[in-house]
Amino acid sequence: MFSAVATGFTDALRRLGNGSIAAIRRLGYASLFGVAVVRETPAAFARLNLTLREIYFSGVLSLIIILVSGLFVGMVLALQGYDVLQRYGADESLGVLVALSLVRELGPVVAGLLFASRAGSAITAEIGLMKATEQLSAMEMMAVDPLARVVAPRFWGGVISMPLLAALFSMMGVFGAYLVGVRLIDIDPGAFWGNMKAAVDFRFDIVNGIIKSIVFGMAVSMIAVFEGFDAKPTAEGVSSATTRTVVESSLAILALDFVLTVFMFRGLGV
Amino acid sequence: MNLSRSTLDLWVGTFVAIGLGAILFLALKVGNLVSFGSVPGYRIEARFDNIGGLKVRAPAKAAGVVVGRVERIRLDPATYQAVVTIKIDHGFQFTTDTIASILTSGLLGEVYIGLDAGGDAKMLPDGGTLAKTQSAVILEKLIGQFLVDKAASGGGK
Repeated sequence: MFSAVATGFTDALRRLGNGSIAAIRRLGYASLFGVAVVRETPAAFARLNLTLREIYFSGVLSLIIILVSGLFVGMVLALQGYDVLQRYGADESLGVLVALSLVRELGPVVAGLLFASRAGSAITAEIGLMKATEQLSAMEMMAVDPLARVVAPRFWGGVISMPLLAALFSMMGVFGAYLVGVRLIDIDPGAFWGNMKAAVDFRFDIVNGIIKSIVFGMAVSMIAVFEGFDAKPTAEGVSSATTRTVVESSLAILALDFVLTVFMFRGLGV
Repeated sequence: MNLSRSTLDLWVGTFVAIGLGAILFLALKVGNLVSFGSVPGYRIEARFDNIGGLKVRAPAKAAGVVVGRVERIRLDPATYQAVVTIKIDHGFQFTTDTIASILTSGLLGEVYIGLDAGGDAKMLPDGGTLAKTQSAVILEKLIGQFLVDKAASGGGK
């Protein structure tokens, strides 16, 4: 009786230890992988054709979803914001509300989440399938480094695309808010743009938003290429790796957003 | 997916161009890139007994026109006065007897510094201090004052 409990207890401890070691080992492997990818940066830009192709796949092909979502997010933000602001007679601050929320938070974060599910998952699936069909091993046999040939261009393609997509998202959002606020609700366009311009600061709001989107782009791209590279070379393995990419990227974006916001906007007096 | 190099270049070029265009739009149309940072200017100081809700980056206006921004707010430990450093844009000069007052645009609007130039011939130099200031109006104090006055006049009846 007593020995059975003791065995069960040791087993549980052993499982916990096993899991912790595996998690830490994976983290270490991911860090080494990240360093190796960044070290292959010259390769990604030396063969620019490969990186351009990846900008096309993760950036250009994400344009439609980013533009349409940005437009709708801006329009909804304007409707909801107007509903609250007009209770205080401050409906002319609608432009400020929409522009600040888009440029500081929603642009980088929502564009990042869309980017993770649209482009990140595709990158993981592609690299995972390359591994499952032994294309990566074949490259190594031909003395071609898959990190330089496959992984680094995808990583940099994502990092370059992400800030541009976030800026487009914010721009479409402001445009959507303009359509709803000025055209539909009939706020004075001078007050809409003027208040917005007076309140949105280039250095504090726009540059910080761009920094956020670059950080999110790096996080999402790195997670996507790592999960693809680390996927079990089976159909199941690729599918679970793709899921992990979307889940981990989304969590990483939201957590990083909190950390960055604390450092960027604390003590600003706003 | 077989894309020819020129089609690929065209798409990526278009994408990068409109992306950079969006950043430019945000900087110029949504933000205030033109009126921030790059403008050279000089600094003046003003001492207030109470600055109310004034914050760093609040505008300084003369006749309603933005002429500068609050750069720094600190407390003078000797006099317990708030010392506000205002950066005035290059090109605007103010007389030494300019009155600085802390105002609010509308009931819920932003707090700003209003500058009313006087008739003195001398202009404030870089780092100069405004002698005449008017502190912020604190609504609670006004109400308190009103209640005290009311009680005093009521008691006299």
